[in-house]
Amino acid sequence: MSLADPIAPGGATPTRASVFWRRYRRNRAAVLGLVLLGGVLAMAALAGFYEPGNPLRRAAAPLIPPFTDLAVPLGTDQLGRDILAGILHGARISLLIGLVATLLSIGFGVLVGAVAGYFGGWVDDVLMRITEAFQTVPNFVLLLALVAILGSRIEYIVLAIAIVSWTAPARLARAEFMALRKREFVEAVRNLGVGHSSIIFREILPNALPPVIVYASVIMALAILLESALAFLGLGDPNYASWGNMIGQGRAVLRTDWYVAAIPGVAIVLTVLSFSLVGEGLNEALNPRQKKG
Amino acid sequence: MTAPAAPPPVLEMVQVRVALPPGSDRPHALEALDLTVRAGETVCLVGESGSGKSLAAGAIMRLLPEPQVRMTGGTVRFDGTDLATLSEPAMRALRGNRMAMVFQEPMTALNPQKTVGWQIDEVLRLHTDLPRRARRARVLEMLEQVRIPDPASAINAHPHQISGGQRQRVMIAMALALKPRLLIADEPTTALDVTTQLAILRLIRELQRDQGTGILFITHDFGVVAEIADRVAVLRHGVLVEKGPAAEVLNRPRHAYTRALVAAVPALRPPAPRDFTESPVVLRAEAMRKTFAARGGFLSGRRKAVVAVDDVSFDLRRGETLGIVGESGSGKTTVSRCITRLLEADGGRVTLDGRDILSADARTLRAMRADIQMIFQDPQASLNPRKRVVDLIAQGPMVHGMPRAQAHARARQLLELVELSPAAADRYPHEFSGGQRQRIGIARALALEPKVIVADEPVSALDVSVQAQVLRLLADLRERLELSMVFVTHDLRVAAQLCDRIAVMEKGRVVETGPTAALFAAPTHPYTRALLSSIPGRDWSPPDTRHDAA
Repeated sequence: MSLADPIAPGGATPTRASVFWRRYRRNRAAVLGLVLLGGVLAMAALAGFYEPGNPLRRAAAPLIPPFTDLAVPLGTDQLGRDILAGILHGARISLLIGLVATLLSIGFGVLVGAVAGYFGGWVDDVLMRITEAFQTVPNFVLLLALVAILGSRIEYIVLAIAIVSWTAPARLARAEFMALRKREFVEAVRNLGVGHSSIIFREILPNALPPVIVYASVIMALAILLESALAFLGLGDPNYASWGNMIGQGRAVLRTDWYVAAIPGVAIVLTVLSFSLVGEGLNEALNPRQKKG
Repeated sequence: MTAPAAPPPVLEMVQVRVALPPGSDRPHALEALDLTVRAGETVCLVGESGSGKSLAAGAIMRLLPEPQVRMTGGTVRFDGTDLATLSEPAMRALRGNRMAMVFQEPMTALNPQKTVGWQIDEVLRLHTDLPRRARRARVLEMLEQVRIPDPASAINAHPHQISGGQRQRVMIAMALALKPRLLIADEPTTALDVTTQLAILRLIRELQRDQGTGILFITHDFGVVAEIADRVAVLRHGVLVEKGPAAEVLNRPRHAYTRALVAAVPALRPPAPRDFTESPVVLRAEAMRKTFAARGGFLSGRRKAVVAVDDVSFDLRRGETLGIVGESGSGKTTVSRCITRLLEADGGRVTLDGRDILSADARTLRAMRADIQMIFQDPQASLNPRKRVVDLIAQGPMVHGMPRAQAHARARQLLELVELSPAAADRYPHEFSGGQRQRIGIARALALEPKVIVADEPVSALDVSVQAQVLRLLADLRERLELSMVFVTHDLRVAAQLCDRIAVMEKGRVVETGPTAALFAAPTHPYTRALLSSIPGRDWSPPDTRHDAA
């Protein structure tokens, strides 16, 4: 710096994406998470090739153990449904539920948190009391109550999951906004005459987003787990081959034919694991406090 | 201090070399550094940010952030002992005992959980066998020596309960409690107000005279150097470019870099006064007030409200620069925020070109904002890190209705005006140095062609040489664009460079206003006098090296 030529800007810097990938790659587990996630996505993509029709149709004799019949590689359940077809189609449902529920909860949560954190004062007080009201009811109890009221259709399940999980991103976004709204660059654009909504969404939000994106992976995993738990209790949408439904039905034959419940269970574990590993990697790659490398 | 029989050296650094991790901007933080500090002598190590001056302190104390940054060559001798030969426990016994250190930010260097007395006592406990009672007596004696008012009660105070200057006094008391042979002071007064700074510098000098301590004083401020140094060493990019007696280096610098640095120190010579009595008033503040009501918690009682701005009035005429000068807490920043209505004032009127800005409704205010723009203190914090430079500059005109293509073209012109290359337009703020970022901030403020620019400490986060460049740019732009400016600063040297008139603020009130030259020559208010006499190195004015051909 010192007496350097004021005209020449700093040397060529690598692009944002390459810096991001270099930081992400440092965490081996996160790379594994990415591979697992790729696997789940591949499963969802292949579902149509393997079983173009209805995965809930009867494919073979009931309760064929896995790896015994080439026509049904992972065996069948007590109604003779192909478990592999269920797993592949279930991947679609699980990802869909995870994605939509996450988008809903993050979208709503960030909106509430942003408004509360940016304006502060009574707006903040009101919004945060509401948030706390949601937080005081245990998640799953609230979810059960909502599904009991709304019914077991998949749209309502997604909505109910979003309703129970928006509070955490709201608090996260609020904390970020509270810290960022006092920064000089916000004062600088206010002084240019930029309006509130522009400041919130165009100026502060991009800077507040990294921790929220990281948290989205957690919500994604939670949403899949919540849906599975609902289905396990028999509250899932019976018209879709979701992993939770499969476990729920496998429960009846758990002692004699454990694989009916175990195979979808493994699928859930691996999917949730992949999301949390990816989340960890994102955290390291996006966290501005780790500036090394 | 060059007596016939020179006292023995306390510290000798011979060819010290400190390596930086691979991928840094240079391989070595320090290259073959030779430095000697004798007993009773103050050596100032001067350099700009990134010169490696703080790592020199780390190398002496053996507190480098190893293994990334480590000493790869040379010797550090303390009282004749090579420090590299000492074991870690022996080194620990030395630190705090015979060599001590004072840091820049006393708030973070002190433990907020423990009382001041406990922390000074800890030093004694670790390094001496004194019984409890004797230690307490010594703590009290030290607090008295560093002139903390009422030591008996200060001993039980927590760091947040005393002022910044007092915290630095506590740090000095801790450092000197065991009469060390060597004191390393790393920018100990940079975070303090001028009046406090002067008191601390005097205190260090006095204690040194009594104890014969050798002091290595690390600073970037030539004013402080002129105040305290016996000898000076100038560091640039880890290379020692010049060293010698203080008078020699300050008044007859030999190396080109030293000369440039010294020339960059703003002289305390106000510019020739300009006459503005004919020009119309563009900005007028009348009886402005702002009180910060401390919001009490649920259980804690309401705290006392703080009057930050109390009945402040001033006029700014077209083309004029008004300096608002004061120490931290004087309310000068609040004034700058109130006249731009980033903060809502509690009372008074501010008229911009005859229109009241304080009572304007939201829509009028937005339109008026184009006429009053701000330059912020921290160029890093005031630029949105996620926006390209061209978008940052074009944003203002676009908000006020200029089409995108035109605004971008204008932004590129402005980059040229603030002496940045047009290639800067498509980069992000983090790719620039501090001075370049401040130029971007200036371009943004100019983009709306405002009638008034409010500059809040625009150069205090910058190195001296960069500071001089930015000040020159501001002065130049002011001439060319006939800007009217409100210039908020704590630094009287900077104020003397640019301001036509100065308003001195103390505790929310303007205590004195006048043309810069007159105010400097004959201050009437005691506070103004105190401020002026506290400017470090006020008796030294940097030599005009440009005409110094010899």
